[in-house]
Amino acid sequence: MFKYLPLLWANLGRKRLRTSLTLASIVVAFLLFGLMQTLRVAMTGSPELAGIDRLITMHKTSFVQSLPLAYLNRVKGVEGVVVASSQDWFGGVYQEDRNQIAAFAVEAPTFFEVYSEYQLKPEEKQAFLQDRTAVIVGPMIAERFKWKVGDTIPMRSNIWTRKDDGGNSWPMKIAGIYQASNGDNQSMYFHYDYLNESRAEIRDMIGWVVVKVADPGRSADIARSIDDLFRNSSTETKTSTEKAFIQGFANQMGNIGKLLTFVAAAVFFTMLLVTANTMGQSIRERINEIGVMKTLGFSGAGVTFLIIAEAILVTGLGGLIGLGLAALASKGIGAAVAQFFPVLGMPPATWGIGVVLILLLGGLAAAIPCAQASRLKIVDALRKA
Amino acid sequence: MADESLVRLRGVAKDYKRGAETVHVLHALDLDIPRGDFLALMGPSGSGKSTLLNLIGGIDRPTAGSIEIAGTRTDSMTDGDLGKWRAHHVGFVFQMYNLLPVLTAERNVELPLLLTKLPAAERRKRANAALGLVGLSERAHHKPRELSGGQEQRVGIARAIVSDPTLLLCDEPTGDLDRKSGDEILDLLQALNQQQGKTIIMVTHDPHAAARAKHVLHLNKGQLSRDAAA
Ligand SMILES: Nc1ncnc2c1ncn2[C@@H]1O[C@H](COP(=O)(O)OP(=O)(O)O)[C@@H](O)[C@H]1O
Ligand SMILES: [Mg+2]
Repeated sequence: MFKYLPLLWANLGRKRLRTSLTLASIVVAFLLFGLMQTLRVAMTGSPELAGIDRLITMHKTSFVQSLPLAYLNRVKGVEGVVVASSQDWFGGVYQEDRNQIAAFAVEAPTFFEVYSEYQLKPEEKQAFLQDRTAVIVGPMIAERFKWKVGDTIPMRSNIWTRKDDGGNSWPMKIAGIYQASNGDNQSMYFHYDYLNESRAEIRDMIGWVVVKVADPGRSADIARSIDDLFRNSSTETKTSTEKAFIQGFANQMGNIGKLLTFVAAAVFFTMLLVTANTMGQSIRERINEIGVMKTLGFSGAGVTFLIIAEAILVTGLGGLIGLGLAALASKGIGAAVAQFFPVLGMPPATWGIGVVLILLLGGLAAAIPCAQASRLKIVDALRKA
Repeated sequence: MADESLVRLRGVAKDYKRGAETVHVLHALDLDIPRGDFLALMGPSGSGKSTLLNLIGGIDRPTAGSIEIAGTRTDSMTDGDLGKWRAHHVGFVFQMYNLLPVLTAERNVELPLLLTKLPAAERRKRANAALGLVGLSERAHHKPRELSGGQEQRVGIARAIVSDPTLLLCDEPTGDLDRKSGDEILDLLQALNQQQGKTIIMVTHDPHAAARAKHVLHLNKGQLSRDAAA
């Protein structure tokens, strides 16, 4: 098999400019495809981030509306609930407005029971639990802002103001840097008590409740029991699985995502057709050479194999470079938008789909001219000088 | 005498369909070519010389009649078998050389050997030996476009002989060359015939080239006639 490589390679160098342009369009097409996949998954939410044994209880209308703090204890009392913990969106800003940080005010002790995938060193965890102005931060923002354990950072909120001085400065002391196996490495979690005691706007209100259930199979029942507790009150709730919650959040982005995906898909397939046509053209120009090879004793199948291999070499080279760039770019994008929604980089399945597309594109480009060439008799092919 | 024949054609006819019309190019040809012959095939343009050569070489099939080469009927072989048979028994030399432009001289000559099970080093050795035989060793790493017409044709001959076939079929091998380069090619073919014992059939319409052959055949209106002078 390897003895044909020099021939394949030489054929790629036949018209360098054309090969480069073809390669470039394939790279761009697959870069687009990779980004499209990243975007699609990001926009529809990342189920990997959700625990199957977790429910979210929020205001029936929207999760930006608050719930009474008293709800937390009532939820904890529901049969089938292992533990529950509250969360509030803080709207964190660090130093400059563009440094938006996903900061949450949480009920500290229960936070770790609900989110067992968040790990801290025991001494850091203890320091966090003991100090109501303490905060734990993700490793990526700690690195980005050069934060160390023990630092006090001047956080601001673009939602809450302080009732003591009317300002929006909330100094927090870093008690630890958490490690989360779900990929969340850029958030910060601090004490609800700190927020609740100091903010001017409201008191004893929480954003939403995260609930851990014993038996995920009973999630629907438990969600119904929780919502039944508050039915016909002035603040009704809506409880759903964490997965549905993340998706619901992302669906607000979903329409833009769909549009982008549609445009990208249209561009991608146009590029594939153009590329297939160019590659087909370059094969049709070689009908005479195919006739020569058959004269020398190469079989029709052998020549077809060589042509397909050549086409797939081009699409493979371009496709893998494109996907590689997309993976890198997705990582960068993920880091930039992590506070808005969880992007875990390019989904691994993209590589698999990409390889299928590479084979399809190469096969498609080679198939039509190959069929034409194999129908031609040797003498007719030779006459096409 | 008949047993000595390397090539034996009996009642070979070839028609081409051009639209609704059928063109009868060859009519019921009988032909015997002994092993070791150097035969020149002459005739007016369009008389069917290339067609006849292609039938003998097994890249085209007769409409009627039988073709036997070295005792093997080639007209009834499958395409696949015919391909393998060609790779072993026939070397083609074309008027326009028909080298692959992207490959060096050495790689072009090696091409037929890719179909064998020979290891790379052995293929390379044989390709270089063939290039040496045609006097082009120093040009082994040049691409066709870096060679003169005469040199390209010598690469073409090296490719034709690299798998050591019994039969060399040359279709106007000097047709695109000046007199001097053409003479060098003819010298080479003559040497291959005399020293290597290759049986050569060469199509030409140049009497000067035909004079180098042992025998001359004329093809006219689908019929063969032997040259009185030869
Ligand atoms: N593949 C083909 N299809 C149709 N007609 C052909 C084909 N090959 C040759 N012919 C016709 O057969 C005749 C003989 O052609 P050819 O053998 O090439 O002649 P020569 O080599 O003597 O010039 C010509 O009229 C040519 O047009
Ligand atoms: Mg001809």
